[in-house]
Amino acid sequence: MTPADRFARLPDLLSADGDLRRRGRWLTVECRIDIGSEPFHLALSDGALAALDRGPRLMRSTTFTVRGTDEAWQRHWETVPAPGWHDLFALTKRGVASFEGDLRPLLQNLQYFKDLLALPRRLPGAT
Amino acid sequence: MAPALDPMIGRYLRLEIEGVPHRLYFEEAGPANGIPLVCLHTAGADNRQFRHLLADPEVTKRFRVLAFDMPWHGKSTPPDGWERTEYRLTTASYTAAIRAFCRAMELDRPVVMGCSIGGRIVLNLAIAHAAEFRALIALEAADFQQPWYDTAWLHRPDVHGGEVCAALISGLIAPQSPPVSRHETLWMYMQGGPGIFKGDLYFYRVDGDLREKVKAVDTKVCPLYLLTGEYDFSCTAEDTLRTASHIEGVEVQIMKELGHFPMSENPTKFREYILPVLDKIASQDRG
Repeated sequence: MTPADRFARLPDLLSADGDLRRRGRWLTVECRIDIGSEPFHLALSDGALAALDRGPRLMRSTTFTVRGTDEAWQRHWETVPAPGWHDLFALTKRGVASFEGDLRPLLQNLQYFKDLLALPRRLPGAT
Repeated sequence: MAPALDPMIGRYLRLEIEGVPHRLYFEEAGPANGIPLVCLHTAGADNRQFRHLLADPEVTKRFRVLAFDMPWHGKSTPPDGWERTEYRLTTASYTAAIRAFCRAMELDRPVVMGCSIGGRIVLNLAIAHAAEFRALIALEAADFQQPWYDTAWLHRPDVHGGEVCAALISGLIAPQSPPVSRHETLWMYMQGGPGIFKGDLYFYRVDGDLREKVKAVDTKVCPLYLLTGEYDFSCTAEDTLRTASHIEGVEVQIMKELGHFPMSENPTKFREYILPVLDKIASQDRG
């Protein structure tokens, strides 16, 4: 499975995590997550995923974007990630991920987003 | 049944730091004639980070462990007029606070162990005041570290300060650390006063660059130990090793499966690394 294929499983992963949805219950936002060259558009509503659109969408506006290389996500989603690959900010510090746009909702709900974007770690087949 | 009491005792110390009256909270454990070991917590946190060390008989049988809440932190009362001040820690004010505490407590050449900003200031103690100390232990310390986020996010009305501080530093904890200890460490970060973590980082980011200065450290005057967790991407293993390469006689160790908060994120693992260092210091003291 490619990193983008793994991320495409996000709806099931978030549905299975009631605690994460509870922690995100104040959050409603549209954002974009790039897995390598593949964009994903997330519509989050009260901490749940209302929509996940894979691939480019013409003129789609978004509040903020988190971009990471394929390698960044692959290493980040290992069952026990190696030092320097284990946190979103470890990835941005080493230059393999970035944050762009209006970062306020991201920072207001930072632990939620860190945990959301780490969910593919739970998929079988993670190394 | 007898009450299940932890062994440490907490008290408040009245003292002056740079001419300003303070009331500092500290906890201590161990014999009054033990080797004094003063512990310095990380930025934006408090002395609870050392509660496992304070309760470890293997440590307290020889050491009198003292951990104080820095001014403005934990249960230490902020100085009068705090409401008209923006808190900013500096190399000078941090060094003054540590020396004032040791003096006021009448400690005889204590060992000082600090973590993160506590580790950085320990390097400054080694540079400027080595003769006052028996040994110095810097955890998660380097002479300089590359910033990895904008501290402006730590204190603004539209972002919950406690939650954002905890969420930012959560990634510095090793994935192997027990969830209970991880979340206890985060809980402490959620409880800092407004702008205090940011004010501490002023020292870290703006005022405390010790590159060049560390070359002046003389470990013959006072032994220096550097220990850094491999999962700390704020103070990386490379940062610590680079710092060590400039200091003759320093002992350096990279700790496996630990991050930026070794004493609180995984006390059992940390013990494996810190007990041999404390043994060495105790035997140096006998010799």
